[in-house]
Order: sequence, then C-alpha cells, then structure tokens
Amino acid sequence: MNYSVPLFTILYKEIRRFTRIWPQTLLPPAITTALYFLIFGKLIGGRIGSVLGVAYMDYIVPGVILMSVISHAFSNVVSSFYSTKFQHHIEELLVAPVPNWVILIGYVGGGIARGVLVGLVVAGISMLFTRVGVLSWSISIGMLLLTATLFALAGFINAVFAESFDDISIIPNFVLTPLSYLGGVFYSVAMLPPAWQVIAQGNPIIYMINAFRFGLIGVTDVDVTLAFEMTLGLIAFLTLLSLWLLRKGVGIKN
Amino acid sequence: MSRPFWSVGIINYPMKALSIHNLKKTYNNGFQALKGVDLEVEDGDFFALLGPNGAGKSTLIGIISSLVTKTAGEVGVFGHDLVKDNEQAKRCIGLVPQEVNFNQFETVKNVVLIQAGYYGISRKQALAQTEHCLKQMDLWDKRDLVSRRLSGGMKRRLMIARAMVHRPRLLILDEPTAGVDIEIRRSMWQMMREANRQGTTIILTTHYLEEAESLCRNIAIINNGQIVEKSAMNSLLRRIHTEHFVLNIAQHLQAAPLIEGYEIELAEAQLLNVAVPKSHGLNRLFQQLTALGIEVLSLKNKSNRLEQLFIDLLQ
Repeated sequence: MNYSVPLFTILYKEIRRFTRIWPQTLLPPAITTALYFLIFGKLIGGRIGSVLGVAYMDYIVPGVILMSVISHAFSNVVSSFYSTKFQHHIEELLVAPVPNWVILIGYVGGGIARGVLVGLVVAGISMLFTRVGVLSWSISIGMLLLTATLFALAGFINAVFAESFDDISIIPNFVLTPLSYLGGVFYSVAMLPPAWQVIAQGNPIIYMINAFRFGLIGVTDVDVTLAFEMTLGLIAFLTLLSLWLLRKGVGIKN
Repeated sequence: MSRPFWSVGIINYPMKALSIHNLKKTYNNGFQALKGVDLEVEDGDFFALLGPNGAGKSTLIGIISSLVTKTAGEVGVFGHDLVKDNEQAKRCIGLVPQEVNFNQFETVKNVVLIQAGYYGISRKQALAQTEHCLKQMDLWDKRDLVSRRLSGGMKRRLMIARAMVHRPRLLILDEPTAGVDIEIRRSMWQMMREANRQGTTIILTTHYLEEAESLCRNIAIINNGQIVEKSAMNSLLRRIHTEHFVLNIAQHLQAAPLIEGYEIELAEAQLLNVAVPKSHGLNRLFQQLTALGIEVLSLKNKSNRLEQLFIDLLQ
C-alpha cells in the first residue's frame, strides 16, 4: 500500500490544527521573545558587554530561538495526541490500516513543523534587535531540525502515558523549562563554578543550544560533533521507544 | 451478492465475513471479559449480536476493530488474520461505535474526508465518496458545519457516513440507534437494509430487540463473556411456545373470564392480559370469548417476542 496518503492526511490535519489557532500558537512566542530581547538583550545585556567575544544580544539569539523550538515542538505533539486520546478520535486511526510508523511520523512531523515555524518567527523578531548571520547553514538547520524532532518525540511519549491534562503539563513545567533555562541560553557554561560545569554536562539541551549557536555565530562550549551524535542517539532511542509503545498499545488500547 | 430478506437459516458461503475462534480477553484488573468465544458470520449476512450490559459485546467488537488487544484466540475477517494480515483485515471493516468519537472541532465534511485519507483513498476519490456518503445520510447540506453543532441523531448518521466512506465489506454497528427518535431510527433501518442488500455484511448490536428481530437474519447472544445462543432468527423465534397479548374489550368486567388452556388476567375493567400457547392459537380464544359475550375491540403483543426469548435465555 502507498502510505503517502495517510501520512499527508495526518500531517495536513496537524499543521492545520496549529495554524488555525495561530493567535494561541504563533503569536505568543513572538511577544515573549521580543520581551527577552528587550529586557535581557537591550537593557541588561548592554551592561554585560560580551560573552566569548560576542555581543551579549547576539550571544543569546541562538538559545532563545532553540528554546522556543523545543517548547513548541514538544507542546504541539503532547497536546494534539493527548486530545486525540481524550476525545477518542484516536480510534479513527486505530481502526484504519495505518501502520504505527506512519502515525508516529505524522504527529512528530506536525511538531517539527510548528517548532520550525516558531523558530522562524523568533528569528524574525531577533532581526528587529540585532543582526545575527548564519555561519554554517548545514549545522544550523541540521541542529534545528534534530532538536525539533527530539522534543516532538518526547512530547509524543508524554502524551502516550498521560491520563489527564495535568499529566501533559508536568514535563514542560518541571523538566523542559528548567533544563532550557539552565541549558546555556543566557550564559556560557564556562561562566559557571567548576562543580556546576560538570553537572551542566548532563543537560542534553546545552549540547543542542551550543551546536546551534556555533552554526549561527561560531562560538560553542561543547564539541559540535558530540552534540550531533548525542542528539541523533536520543532520537533513535525515543523513536524505538515510541514504536514499541504504539505496538503494545500502551495508553491507547485496553 | 444480494440476498432475499426472507431467507432463513445459516447459509454456508465459501468465505466467512468473520471467523472467531477461542477468543479470550482478560483486562489488566483481572476481569475476564471474554472466556473463549467462537463465532462465525457469513458473507452478506445481517447479524445481531445481543447481550446484557457488561456481557462482553463491546470488548468483542473492540477486538475485531483493533481497538482492544486480545489475550488469546484468533480472529479472521474475510480470510485475513487480524494479527498476521492486519492491514487487509482492517480494510474490510467499517465501525460505527457506541459513543461519538470524531473530532468535534472539524467540519462534517472533514470528518469523513480525513477518515478516507487514513484508508489511503486519493483526495479526488475521497471527495467523491465523501459527497456520496453524506448525501446518503442526508447530511450533505450540513457539510460545512462544525460537527459538534449537529444533533444527536445527525452525529450518529455522520459516524455511519464515516464508517462507509472506504466501502467496507463488513459494517459493525454498535447500538447505532440508541437515543435517536423513531423517525431517524426508521431511516437508519432503511439505510442498513440498503447497505446489506448491496452486499455489505452487517453486525448489529442493539438493546432494541424489535430492531434486531426486524432487521437481522442470524443472531448470537453473549452473556458473561460466552456465546450462549447462536442460530437463525426465525428458528430462534419458533422456539417461543407462548405469546402474550393485550385485548381491549367492549364490556366492563369485574373478573377475568375462565377459558381452558389460556391464562387470562384482568388488567383493567376493559383490558385483558392473555397468555396464548402456540398449540391453542387465537381463533379458539376468540370463539370462547364470543360465546361468553365478550367483544374484542383490538389486540396487541404485550411484549416483543425476541425480548421474551432473550429474558428466558439469560435466566
């Protein structure tokens, strides 16, 4: 069977879902990041000077973009797939001859689309405050897509296990937000005390933000190759886990 | 493919629409919903699956339509094993569930169109089939309405349109007429008969036993996770030895008349409840009543025949 039709049907449905409610999905990150750039970049950043030889405003741009990508790729999939479960229209998919990998790619694809679109919106807002170029398109776009994929997968797994709306807000509030803020968005790891530098190495978001930052402005705290390897490894692990959960019907079948 | 509505008995067709062998389901909490169900439904049949609440009907339908994972046993749909040949088996099935389960924020048209997409139907063809199914269900003029704004009956018709969009060979209707008014129920019966006449095998669960009696040729009754009865509807109904009637009479009686062979009780002054054994018939009853000077103005069945049998079987 040709699976392109069911795949594009899921993708179309997912992309339509968040574009239809763009004031809730695309507008808030534009306002939030504009405030970040205004407060941290212009008002406070002007007093900080430079980090690793780069103006502070320029330094925070990659992290702010990627932080938005992470949060929106995750929340798109977790809210969409959980709503599908909650309203029982997941059954429309389960009764149809749609393989699990098509379901997974469809939902994760929707998350990637929103993550990337929000990333572009935030990048556009940053252009109002600074002029950050792109040093390496392949590294920047590669890490942007991989990060969106990884967190869309994480959102999918969260939705599979979620049994109430509370369950879909725990991970974003208590895991993703702290890890993102402690992931080197606003500072270099080198600025931390030695013990915290070691602890920070356990935060995967640090690798992604630094690799993306390297792609845009050429500075990084981590080995960019290691960042790509680690992200790809995590994507492979979460993909296999998601497919296994779907095959077992965890959270979606009795 | 089409079969006369009056055909009786289980006819052996070369291909079974549904073939279930030793199907078991135990839920995580230890509840055994199905205890080894064996069931076959012939191609082209109009089949009733009846049972009280909690008997295992929904679990059985859930397993057939891949919504519930079985614990043990085999399910085949038109020769396709539900596990080994899952996609082909799914392609044969259309499900109308008990509860509304479409995205209520989508338009009526998109609900059907998206389902067609899940079945791999190209957009052009899907649009044509969506239009056909919505027109058949009398919903075409509502196509751009957000589906949550539909009435209860319309929502059920939308679920039938959605289930039919990929032209399934086996249509499973899980209490499709529950809570809909009599006019809509009649139009849905008409639709089901027409689909069956065109060759679609139909499995119907319902609590309206009159509905099953009127529509279905074969019947299975499930209770406590086991099939307790499976036969042709006519042969099952032939097993009823006594029928109950309510007679409306012209005279005001003080006591029920005594007629040998019949159990008669006075419900009201002009209303008699009569148990009529099939061996005695109604003619003899009328003759005896006439002899007693009692004029019968009208009569009606006290209970649905299948309902009586259903109660007897479950006791």
